[in-house]
Amino acid sequence: MTLIDLSWWQLALAAALVVALAALAHGARLGMSGSLLVAGVRTAVQLSLIGIVLEALFSTATLGWVALMATVMLAMAGREVVARQKRPLAGWWGAGIGTASMFVSSFAVTVLTLVVIVGPTPWYEPQYAIPMLGMMLGNTMTGVALGLDRLTDSVWRQRALIETRLMLGERWQEAVADARRDATRSGLIPIVNSMAAAGIVSLPGMMTGQILSGTPPALAVKYQILIMFTITAGTGFGTLVAVSAASRRLFDTRERLRVDRLRPVRK
Amino acid sequence: MNEATRTAGHLRLDALVVGPLGPIDLTIAPGEIVALSGPSGSGKSRLLRAVADLDEHGGSAALGSTGQGELPAHRWRQAVMLLPAESLWWADTVGEHFPGGAVASAAELGLDAAVAGWEVGRLSSGEKQRLALLRVLSRRPRGLLLDEPSANLDEAATLRVEALIRDYAQREEVPVLWVSHDPEQIGRVAGRHFRITAQGLEQAS
Repeated sequence: MTLIDLSWWQLALAAALVVALAALAHGARLGMSGSLLVAGVRTAVQLSLIGIVLEALFSTATLGWVALMATVMLAMAGREVVARQKRPLAGWWGAGIGTASMFVSSFAVTVLTLVVIVGPTPWYEPQYAIPMLGMMLGNTMTGVALGLDRLTDSVWRQRALIETRLMLGERWQEAVADARRDATRSGLIPIVNSMAAAGIVSLPGMMTGQILSGTPPALAVKYQILIMFTITAGTGFGTLVAVSAASRRLFDTRERLRVDRLRPVRK
Repeated sequence: MNEATRTAGHLRLDALVVGPLGPIDLTIAPGEIVALSGPSGSGKSRLLRAVADLDEHGGSAALGSTGQGELPAHRWRQAVMLLPAESLWWADTVGEHFPGGAVASAAELGLDAAVAGWEVGRLSSGEKQRLALLRVLSRRPRGLLLDEPSANLDEAATLRVEALIRDYAQREEVPVLWVSHDPEQIGRVAGRHFRITAQGLEQAS
């Protein structure tokens, strides 16, 4: 089976659709046309650049370059986690907790999957390692960002209530338990939903891509199931670690609620 | 709770500094009620919060022979409990906020015996205030910090609240620090009365 090549002018046709949409939005004064075009340009530029990087990476395939790539991806994800929160933890804590929890869960699960389950040689073979880590990080990032955003925002809103519970002699873990449970739930809902809808409502992107590139559907399905489970594990562990660590940071050693450790909302 | 916090003890503030206020030294005997008054914003509530160890502060507090810092913070607050001016509720029904789910002494404050099953959202502010006091007493604290515990109540309910607190303090030999605006109330309940001034505490009677 040969793959049908796509030429640049064919992509330009697809781009014309987005431009048409932007023109329509501009005409209807919806105020989205600018950001639509900017996002479109970013997609094209970022993906082209990553294509070049991946081509180079696949041709060298040394552990050092793969690790460097993984580190850059992790750093970008850590930045994104902070940017998606209304009131992140102040200082290095916001980015630190997000990045550390994504590192622990995404990297551990990816390495485990590569070494124990898929088993390419070498185990860091970039053709397998980079796409898997990318999908893992992307989803873990969403879970961690949603969880932390929900935690910090609800602790801020419920600060008087949490202090009431502290005054009644509850431990900090009891006083923050409700907020923590909500935060963990909102971090996990997207991945649970997408597992439930997979194959019925949506055809997952990776599976679709593999089928488009000629992989037999039965094998693509197996890869997709593997990825779904590992993503769920990565997202789940990452969210749990991030929400727990951030909860701890919101109280000091005398179990006082420290909302002053949250960054004030930028106007 | 350990032995040190179960037996009767004096509540002692040693050179307590809260923001611009202090240092404050004060000792309240078991069963004694000390009233505290002062204009709004003078730091009465912050002083109570510091004694409960909810805010960072200088100096320290002790109950009997046990210092604030010798217990984990939640154990200290179980022993020396703060009743804030505004009461907040996290569960749907009243009973869920009480150990064991039962509201003791409800009748003594003129509340219905079935109050434990009531929805929190339907309580009046006066009911909330009385229930907040019962919620504190149901945890059997060994020291009480009260921030205007009868501010939203009519006269009859106010007298009942005073009687209940006095009774608890004497029976359990618990020291009480009571913030109040009402000179008549202070005359009725307190043995000693201090005013907050720029320098610290000033004994009024």
